[in-house]
Amino acid sequence: MSYYNEEFETLPRQALEALQLKRLQATVARVCASVPFYRQSFDRAGITPDSVKSLADLQRLPFTLKQDMRDSYPYGLFAAPMEEIVRIHASSGTTGKPTVVGYTRKDIDTWSELMARSFAAAGVHRGDIIHNSYGYGLFTGGLGAHYGAEKLGASVIPMSGGNTKKQIMIMKDFGSTVLTCTPSYSLFMAEAAREEGVDFRQLKLHVGIFGAEPWSEAMRGEIEEKLNLCAIDIYGLSEIMGPGVAIECREAKKGLHIWEDHFIPEIIDPETGAVLPEGKLGELVITTITKEGIPLIRYRTRDITSLTYEPCACGRTHARLTRMTGRSDDMLIIRGVNVFPSQIESILMGIEGVEPHYVLIVDRKDNLDSLEVQVEVDERLFSDEIKVLQSLSQRIEKEIKDILGISCRVRLVEPQTITRSEGKAKRVIDNRKSS
Amino acid sequence: MNVEQISIFIENKSGRLAEITKVLGDAGVNIRALSLADTSDFGILRLIVNDRETAKQVLKERGFTVSKTEVVAVEVPDRPGGLSQILQALDRDQINVEYMYAFVERCGENAVIIFRFDETAKAISTLTKNGFTVLEGARLYAM
Ligand SMILES: [Zn+2]
Repeated sequence: MSYYNEEFETLPRQALEALQLKRLQATVARVCASVPFYRQSFDRAGITPDSVKSLADLQRLPFTLKQDMRDSYPYGLFAAPMEEIVRIHASSGTTGKPTVVGYTRKDIDTWSELMARSFAAAGVHRGDIIHNSYGYGLFTGGLGAHYGAEKLGASVIPMSGGNTKKQIMIMKDFGSTVLTCTPSYSLFMAEAAREEGVDFRQLKLHVGIFGAEPWSEAMRGEIEEKLNLCAIDIYGLSEIMGPGVAIECREAKKGLHIWEDHFIPEIIDPETGAVLPEGKLGELVITTITKEGIPLIRYRTRDITSLTYEPCACGRTHARLTRMTGRSDDMLIIRGVNVFPSQIESILMGIEGVEPHYVLIVDRKDNLDSLEVQVEVDERLFSDEIKVLQSLSQRIEKEIKDILGISCRVRLVEPQTITRSEGKAKRVIDNRKSS
Repeated sequence: MNVEQISIFIENKSGRLAEITKVLGDAGVNIRALSLADTSDFGILRLIVNDRETAKQVLKERGFTVSKTEVVAVEVPDRPGGLSQILQALDRDQINVEYMYAFVERCGENAVIIFRFDETAKAISTLTKNGFTVLEGARLYAM
């Protein structure tokens, strides 16, 4: 068991919550005083700095949306004068302007510490050689991991992305023991290494810290097998800080600890905005409670997860998020039930242990929503007997009914019938919108 | 003793069977026997062909899901109740027939039936013990 900051990582819940309240109150006061956007939105909601008397009052505060950040482009949400801002990052918006974030020196220190804690939780020590293939630049991945590695006292190789051949040579010659990159890049490198005649399994890597894109348990198995290392899931987003907002501990590898002395997580129903109880799947909302540069109140991440406060084997008291399973934009409401495509994907994976190609077709007939799940029959699912295939589709229907509480119809289809654009499958066809 | 059948998953939509037979014909594959089992959504096409490897390859290239299945080919005596005798013999030994279908061509005087059993080896021993003729794969493909 190794912590970076044992006192804070294992703070008893009561003390942790007292600290959160104190810090939340200070953050609300700070944004009220220095960010016009918050002053106005709090005014509209009838909130003053002393409205927050308990953590439960957090629910009364208005949300901050990604659109609010775009509308405040570039510096409108900054709560510190430029004299105090020492770093600026931006997230790549697929459309339009990026969202811009600024860090004070204290913010950089906090980020470095939380990233150092994350490395420690993943089983990284001084003496480890961290091969950092996250991109350096406006994107927070590279520098975030870099500062954390130095803070921990490990040796960091600032590789950034690209030039895969060189990455493999350096990893081999420098004896890298830790790999940080996106999960898909790790598999790409393993494949490229094989072509170069380098066996990834013979390298010194013992742990890989993978994030910045959603990945599955099946992909973890594949990475651990092909790279012969322990694959750890890390979560972060530039609006909140960057990498290191939450990470799995190596002991349990079951859920990502979110550093609650700096962030307050909530799970909401993306449709109604209501806060959901522990264990329920919904959209992650984060309030930063120590940031100076750009504090955010109830920021809607659009990431879908659930939260548990159950004690963890590692001894950390901070809540855990389940693996991110998609975006709230993908949510469907079928007969009043919130359904995420990822839930159906994990049901399908649970049944056959493979990642199947599927598409959800939602329709409305006689004012009633209907759901059809089309599953492509590949060689692993195929049988030459009708009854085997029929029982497969009945099993899927039953599992979906049991787990999600909605009835659906499963239709088995030929491979490649489901449209793929740019290699990614389109998961949902909602015909209700056009009718 | 076993015969290799190729099984193909098809959706119930028009033109699929025509496409498969055309793909096989273009590749010079001859279909010796065929059966289609279907539901309202999908079907399974089962084929005995002269060239299994080529058939499998060209169908896979066209995106079809194809698998190989072991089946048993039995000569049915050319007399009334011929098939019934086979089924009775299997039934006595409690062997389940998953499905069966007829071969297109005859083997000399006799018709040939393709059987899919859940216990292939046991089925073959019952059939031979009762004096029925189980045909070799090689003979069927070349017929
Ligand atoms: Zn833990």
